[in-house]
Amino acid sequence: MSADASPAQTAGTQAAAAGCGAPAGGAALTDAGNQAVVQGLVTKDGSPVGTGYARLLNSDGEFVAEVPLGEDGGFRFFAASGSWTLRVLAPGGVRAEQAVAAATGKVVNLEVAV
Amino acid sequence: MSRSDVLVDADWVEAHNGDPGLVLVEVDEDTSAYDKGHIRNAVKIDWKKDLQDPVRRDFVDKDGFAALLSQRGISNDDTVVLYGGNNNWFAAYAYWYFKLYGHQNVKLLDGGRKKWELESRELVTEVPKREPTSYTAEDQNLSIRAFRDEVVAAIGDKNLVDVRSPDEFAGRLLAPAHLPQEQAQRGGHIPTAKNVPWSKAAEEDGTFKSDDALRAVYSEAGVDFDTDTIAYCRIGERSAHTWFVFHELLGQPNVKNYDGSWTEYGSLVGVPIKTGDES
Repeated sequence: MSADASPAQTAGTQAAAAGCGAPAGGAALTDAGNQAVVQGLVTKDGSPVGTGYARLLNSDGEFVAEVPLGEDGGFRFFAASGSWTLRVLAPGGVRAEQAVAAATGKVVNLEVAV
Repeated sequence: MSRSDVLVDADWVEAHNGDPGLVLVEVDEDTSAYDKGHIRNAVKIDWKKDLQDPVRRDFVDKDGFAALLSQRGISNDDTVVLYGGNNNWFAAYAYWYFKLYGHQNVKLLDGGRKKWELESRELVTEVPKREPTSYTAEDQNLSIRAFRDEVVAAIGDKNLVDVRSPDEFAGRLLAPAHLPQEQAQRGGHIPTAKNVPWSKAAEEDGTFKSDDALRAVYSEAGVDFDTDTIAYCRIGERSAHTWFVFHELLGQPNVKNYDGSWTEYGSLVGVPIKTGDES
């Protein structure tokens, strides 16, 4: 990596701080660097859903990744440019789904109400 | 070996939690998950701090593993039930690791932490106190662990099962999509490897599919069940999940997990690599 503190380093450092990854929640990124970031918040009746899972599916509907929701209902993925589907699972059989287009260098913020 | 020998469900854990000779162990990708809440009486093993050598890229040695289990209060004859997040990735990895060092009685909680949470079952923050033991580990059982040279030799000869996502297999992503894409090594896969993402073995709630469904998944992908198999992923944890399916659920005899996986193979000089969706 170059000496200048690129946004990509910021993104990587935040995830690295959570160990291998699976960064549950955490502060939302505002600058994607060279990542294609898909992040968001899951709410129910305006309150965060702190127990649940966000799953990322590719354009064929194949499972790609899953993270537990943070206490703030937050989730984040480092995807690639293209079309994805975000699926949320929460206790009580709750499910929700949203289509999302990711692009390198961009942060896509989603709000998912369940 | 049958499914009931290696898997337990949540009702079983609730009914037997606290029984003498039973130890629940949580192993998570997110190593802070345990601290926020875990199944009552469960102890924690940190897949990174506890199971990896702090300097070399390798596992803790036999004595290190024995010291770890002794400190956690686990005896050689205890039944260990492992569970964790992310569909039991790291719990399956720990299962394979326990088997590597010869622990006899290990099981996975089917569905892991996710199913437990989605069913709103009890999680506590109280850390159990267990008396230290004098655990004795065996030499590594290398019949279930593959190293790089035998992986290269297996090209076109054995089943190589790449259990990463299709995008990692093709070389479009270098890591799972919940991790930053900042690895330095080359993207792609080992030539002749069949791409069967680990997730094809799991239902959405994290439980394993039925044996018949599992056989169908791998057969349709071109895996020959009459041939020896090596599974790999990025760092060997997702492929431990698939190793569990082949070796423990389907009873396949010669199955190895290549824990060096893509982070090693994709950094080797001179080995063949294929990119794109085709094997």
